[in-house]
Formats: sequence, structure tokens, C-alpha cells
Amino acid sequence: MGPLTTALVVFTLTGIGCGAILAIAARVFAVEEDPRLAEICAILPNGNCGGCGWAGCGEYAKAILFDKAELNLCTVGGTETAQKLAKYMGVTVEVAEKKAAIVLCRGNAGNAPRRFLYNGVADCAAANAVDGGDKICRYGCLGYGSCARACPVNAISMDGNLAMVHPELCISCGKCVKTCPRKLIKLVPESRHLHVFCSSLDKGPIVKKACKVGCIACTLCTKLAPDSAIAMNGALAVVDYAKPITKEAETLVQKCPGHCIQQA
Amino acid sequence: MKEYILLIVGAVLVNNFVLTRFLGICPFLGVSKSISTAGGMGGAVIFVITCASGVTWLFQRFILDPMGLGYLQTIAFILVIATFVQFVELVMKKTTPALHRGLGIYLPLITTNCCVLAVAVINIQANYTLLQSLAFGFGASSGFALALIIFTGLREKIDRANPPQSMRGTAIALVTAGLLSMAFMGFAGLVK
Repeated sequence: MGPLTTALVVFTLTGIGCGAILAIAARVFAVEEDPRLAEICAILPNGNCGGCGWAGCGEYAKAILFDKAELNLCTVGGTETAQKLAKYMGVTVEVAEKKAAIVLCRGNAGNAPRRFLYNGVADCAAANAVDGGDKICRYGCLGYGSCARACPVNAISMDGNLAMVHPELCISCGKCVKTCPRKLIKLVPESRHLHVFCSSLDKGPIVKKACKVGCIACTLCTKLAPDSAIAMNGALAVVDYAKPITKEAETLVQKCPGHCIQQA
Repeated sequence: MKEYILLIVGAVLVNNFVLTRFLGICPFLGVSKSISTAGGMGGAVIFVITCASGVTWLFQRFILDPMGLGYLQTIAFILVIATFVQFVELVMKKTTPALHRGLGIYLPLITTNCCVLAVAVINIQANYTLLQSLAFGFGASSGFALALIIFTGLREKIDRANPPQSMRGTAIALVTAGLLSMAFMGFAGLVK
């Protein structure tokens, strides 16, 4: 046999041998998967953001099938996905309103001055650990973008040292809420546009020194808002998103002396 | 025993596959964004390379050499390694699902990576015995995992230190890799 024939024969045989081994292995070691699992996965958005509390869409699908997990936990798909899942599983489901994250602070570089020059790693938790952060305000956004890095869909941008959520991109997975060391980010119903953009629990005079946009605890909004839809939590006005604010919104924005009630 | 230890130390530190021989740069840059993925990738590489050195050594000794087909080594090794990795993945999925979840997605990625092939080829060129080949394979892949994990740690730190806009991402990663490689030159001469 010449070298060419040898090579051809040996490699053909090796190739067939390898193919056969894999073909047999695929049969012998085949893993049986519940076919419903793939179908539930197809209903889910497959972004693997982990907003439901499981490691990814596949794990959530398993939890739905085998551990009777709630069907409305997918924040990304929202109502639509929950209803499809309910139809698939043959049950009815209560659907929560779609939410979006919002940063309750307007203390950007121009509004909220800093106490000292922080020159460490660009991470909010690290900056917060240095003498309670470099801002005069102990409650406001530090602006080092930890939430923006945590966001799986890049829905948070840093705008003049202030984190801004773009609600149209937000999938309300809640990663930023967990990341923010100052707990400034809240998940609010997407239909609501009026917010108190301040999280400072300090009293008026201190807030005034720390920021141009801040709740000075004048309680004016609690009187203007219907049915106590805005209530005081200590020295901070907080919107109760369970109660509607409609025609009073514009007055509230105009009257707020701290300029922290704004429409977003 | 001493010989094997020297072989492993030499492959891990002195002739590190990534930082001295510049093999396997693609996964080195690609899978070095977070420590957990780097760990998974490192584990998968150690597993694949160690096993592949044994399999290719046997293939060379018992099939290629007797047939006089040494010149087709590259093709043969790619074929054998690819089959082997696919086979192991199938077996792993069935028998140890936990291990498969950890390593599974990385296995196909490194099937025919250049550093896997290089270990197999070097084993033959250096005339290693089967045991020596396995030791060398283990050392080389541990070196890869070590370099990958060190590099990932550095990259994670650098990302948080706000490098200048023009240096972000691959640019600063390549500079870091170069510095790391120079640092590893300090090990030259450790094993003669």
C-alpha cells in the first residue's frame, strides 16, 4: 500500500470509529428531559436576568414544573408572560402591574456638592465606606455607577454623577435595588410619573445645605395630595403608590419648595 | 517522582502556556471578565488537556507511528480530541449533572483550542512517556488556569478603577497581559 492509501484508509476508519463512538454514546447516555420544560422555556423571555429569584429562565421553568413556583414572578415578561404561563399550566393567575426602577435622588454634580475628593475605586459601596461617602448629603446618589454596572440590560445611565433609569428599557429585575448602598432605587408602577425625588431623612436646614433639590419636610404636599397619597416618613415625604394622584400632580410640582416633587 | 514534580512546576511557572508560549490567548482574553466563569473555564481546561494528552499519546504510539503517518499528526489529534471531549460531555451530562452544570458550557469552547493541541504535540516532540505526558498536560493546563484567574482578578480591579476612556476594555487588558507576562519571566531559570 502506498502512503496515500494508508493515510486514506486509516483516517476513514478513525473517522467512522469516532462517529460511531459518539453515536452510541448519544444513545446510551441520553438524558431524558421533560418535554414541557422546553415549552415553558419558550414562553419565558430567556434573558436569564434572575429577576424572578432563580438562576435563569431554565431554573425558573424547572421551579414552575416541579416546585409549584408562582407564575407571575417573571418581571421581564410581566402580564403577558404570566398569562401565557397560566394558560399553559391550566390555572388562573393574579398579575401584578409592571414596574420600573427609579432613582429617588436629583442631587447631580450641580445640585449636591461634595465634602471631599474621593479618589478610590469607582464603586458606590467603596465610596460609601469612606467616612459615609464624599457627598454632603448622607442619603443621595454617590454617582459611581454601581447600579449601572449591575443592570443586565444597560437601562441605567450616569448623567452628571447621577444614576438615571430609562424606564422604557428597565425590566424591573431589581438588581440595582440590591446593589445601591444607599437604597435610593425603588421599583414603582410604570404608570406612575409623579415622584418625590429625595431620600434624605434629614431635617430641612440640613437638607438645604446639602442639596438644591431636597425634601425639607414642609409637609405642604401631604396637604395638597388627595387621600394622603403623599405621607410623611419622619422628615421625608413619600408617595404611596397604591393611591392615585391625577389632577393635583401639576400643582404639587409647582408648589414644592424643595423642587423635589417632579414628573418623570 | 522528582522528575514529575519538576515537569509540572516547569509547565506551570517557567514555560507558562499563556504568558510565555503565548498559546490559548483567545479564551485568556475572552473568558476573563469574572472570577466565577474564569474558575469554570480553568477547571474545564485542566480536565480536557490532562485527558487529551493521554488519549493523543496513545493514538500516536499505537496508530500513527506503526502506520508511518506522523506527518498527519495535527489533523489526527484534532479529530481525536474533538471526539473525546464530545464523548466526555455526553457521559458527564448523564452521570454527574452537577459537574456538567459547572463545566459543561466551557467544554465545547476549548475542544480544539491551540493550547490543547500544543500540549499534545509537545508531548510527542519531547518524547515523553505516557505518565510524563499526563504530568506535563496537567502542569500546562494548571498554568493556564493560574494565569487566567490571576488575569481575571486584575481585570476586575481595573474595571473599577475607571481607566481613561480610550484605554477601556481590550486595550488595557492587553497592556495588563503584557505586564503579567513580563512578571512571569521572573520564573525563568527556576527549573533547568
